[in-house]
Amino acid sequence: MNGRQSALLTAGLAATLIAGVALSARLLVEAGTSADFTARNLAPALSHPFGTDQMGRDMLARSVTGLALSLRVGLMAAGLSVLLATFMAMVSGLGRQADRVAGFVTDAMLAMPHLMLLILLSFSLGGGTTAVIIAVAISHWPRLSRLLRAELLQVSVAPYVETSRALGRSRLFILRRHILPHLAPQMLVGFLLMFPHAILHEAGLTFLGFGLEPSRPAIGVMLSDAMRHISAGRWWLAFFPGAMLLCMVLAFEAMGSAARRLISPREAQC
Amino acid sequence: MLEARSVTIGVARRDLFRDLSLRLAPGKIMGLCGPSGSGKTTLGRVLAGLHPHRAGQILLDGLPIPRKGAHPVQYLAQAPLATMNPRWRVARVLAEAGCPEPDLVAAMSIDPDWLERFPHELSGGQLQRVSILRALTVRPRYLIADEITAPLDPISQARIWKALTDLAASHGIGILAISHDAALLGRIVTSGIEAIGARPA
Repeated sequence: MNGRQSALLTAGLAATLIAGVALSARLLVEAGTSADFTARNLAPALSHPFGTDQMGRDMLARSVTGLALSLRVGLMAAGLSVLLATFMAMVSGLGRQADRVAGFVTDAMLAMPHLMLLILLSFSLGGGTTAVIIAVAISHWPRLSRLLRAELLQVSVAPYVETSRALGRSRLFILRRHILPHLAPQMLVGFLLMFPHAILHEAGLTFLGFGLEPSRPAIGVMLSDAMRHISAGRWWLAFFPGAMLLCMVLAFEAMGSAARRLISPREAQC
Repeated sequence: MLEARSVTIGVARRDLFRDLSLRLAPGKIMGLCGPSGSGKTTLGRVLAGLHPHRAGQILLDGLPIPRKGAHPVQYLAQAPLATMNPRWRVARVLAEAGCPEPDLVAAMSIDPDWLERFPHELSGGQLQRVSILRALTVRPRYLIADEITAPLDPISQARIWKALTDLAASHGIGILAISHDAALLGRIVTSGIEAIGARPA
């Protein structure tokens, strides 16, 4: 098996895991929210592999549905953020004057305290899933944008771009065929690093009361709830949702590095 | 006729040379030699429109070179690997210039097997031939060959220059051959060797 094939296999496995979580969450919505007060605070056993919480809800079902919700929030927030960052980096590539304006906006965003901005945005948008997504997206693009800008400036003076211009290719062609594909791995890595970040911010905002409604089975809600029960010995309330979140993040990470190997063929052969 | 009329060329804040004039006729091969760091490559890049000049004019048949479309003077680099997108297979690298003519493909003896490979999977000589074919596809009037055979063994070197001298004669392409190798220049030039001096230390 060569490098490309093993990378494809890893990416496929990770994608299957993620898709599996997203799909099984649809089947388990009922089980995750229905309370059974005869089965409260049960330790993990065959009937409830992840145990039950203080309201008798099955933790496996809750973890999976929570993960699917986090997945949605994380994907949307990180995706939007990467789009914003790419757009700003492209603006920087237009010319010196445009670069100055884009640089100023980026610096201004970076100068604002991160959590403050998140809370203000989420609060002013009225809370809930959409507000969290927008708040995370708006507050997280500048770092990636800086990275993409540096990469863009570097590739735009690469000999092969220069040659393309000499061969009579247009600016748009060069931007689409040479520069954007070159930025893709950075965008992907940025996206993957932003993903767990977005989920954690979702949990943080929810904990502070500016995020998701406490009734929703989100990983963030579950983890902050579980904090109160850990001292009572109910470790499964925090352990399983946390471990599943970790698996999900690792799956994304594996998918990202596999994709990077596929995108740059030279790396795939070593 | 490709002409440099009293051009001044510089890198950063220093002028490499002032008032340099040069005439390259179609179908002829002219040599350009000079010590390392004397600005041979920069001069070649200026002629191919890849580097700005500070004064003077670069003229093609007495007219300034149009900015649009493929440049009529194509630059061939010593290390062609960097001039190819590392993510593209050779077929796509060639297609960027257009569809190469079969007789040119034959002249450069390009193996169809290479087309499916990535540039880094070809040897130096093969890569240089691909790069020459790509430059020829846009039907340039002149070529700047900047040490294109310097890292190659004598046999590949001879093959490439044989093909280029034939093309220069048959297609009327003027070639500026930049090289340190006096023996090589002696064998290929048809219109004299221009020497540019060392810059004042």
